[in-house]
Amino acid sequence: MKYHLAQPSFFLKITRPLLPASGFLMTIFFIAGLYTSLVTSPPDYLQGDGMRIMYVHVPASWMALFVYGFLALMSFFSLVWRHPLAEVLAISAAPIGALFTALSLITGSLWGKPMWGTYWVWDARLTSVLILLFLYGGYWALYKSYTRPDQGLRAASILALVGVINLPIIKGSVEWWNTLHQPASLTKLSGPSIHVSMLTPLLLMAGAYFFYFLTVLILRACKELKTRKLMILESMK
Amino acid sequence: MKPKHQRFLLIGVALLGIGVSTFLILTAFRENLVFFYTPSDLTQKKIHATQRIRIGGLVKPHSVQQTGEKIYFEITDHKIILKVSYDGLLPDLFREGQGIVAEGYLRQPDHFQAETVLAKHDENYMPPEVAERLKEEGLWHNAR
Repeated sequence: MKYHLAQPSFFLKITRPLLPASGFLMTIFFIAGLYTSLVTSPPDYLQGDGMRIMYVHVPASWMALFVYGFLALMSFFSLVWRHPLAEVLAISAAPIGALFTALSLITGSLWGKPMWGTYWVWDARLTSVLILLFLYGGYWALYKSYTRPDQGLRAASILALVGVINLPIIKGSVEWWNTLHQPASLTKLSGPSIHVSMLTPLLLMAGAYFFYFLTVLILRACKELKTRKLMILESMK
Repeated sequence: MKPKHQRFLLIGVALLGIGVSTFLILTAFRENLVFFYTPSDLTQKKIHATQRIRIGGLVKPHSVQQTGEKIYFEITDHKIILKVSYDGLLPDLFREGQGIVAEGYLRQPDHFQAETVLAKHDENYMPPEVAERLKEEGLWHNAR
């Protein structure tokens, strides 16, 4: 590890130009994504306009998994190397991941009622994503339940690492077991089974979600770093 | 060994252990993790007429009949056909050839009495014109 690249002061320095760039890209992607998904995208041959929920739901699910992977990696760094920047990034990412997971569950449920005929079933995919939400919740609860934040963070990081096992289960659930949820459309061996006019808005929305994550992550991490600095200064008085 | 290498090793071994044990648990509970049985699964199982189960399959084309409130249709997994009777509202996506999941009781070995019917959507998304064209060109089944 190149330690000087992971110094909090270096992070604060490089994010100063990075933050507006990320915010700008987020805005562009959101405008393009919303325009293509609501206006130019055709309705589905079977689901009609209800299919547009997919443009909100699928990227949210991807990001829910991606952010959890990021959280686990940062937890690993902070457990092994006790690195302050990894700690800050983990804490900053967790609530954003929980938000994506909740969004995925809510929009999926709203899509399920007209398409499947039910808001919720206890199939392997839906249940494993609900567990992911509980993992995010458990992470935050553990982190906050100690009087000393560093102890809470250590316990929470261990939980985050244990929960990594849920990621392949979520991804594999629709392939390994019979589920009501449909299998993946994009990562099929035979190529994506989604028409290009619908794939474009989907990927644009995924870009928008990604830059939303990056923007909010930087904002939250800078705030956390500054709070820590303040606390050190307070204690030196 | 430095403390950080120790921690690295400890976490690595612990994660490996969790991974292996989860794999074993999931393999052991494979039966219970499936959301539904296919008609072929049912032939290998003893299911009592009072046991509530879920079955899944494709609605056999030209098999849907409606008499009054009751709907009769057949579902198939391309191997075995099972008669289903249902009394209630069908989801919008229900149609011949569609995958469905029904919950209810296997009254006789070849007759399933459904209490709820859910439509199972597949992973294909396309505009109506593309679906039409695929049907005209007879490529419909390649597309799914």
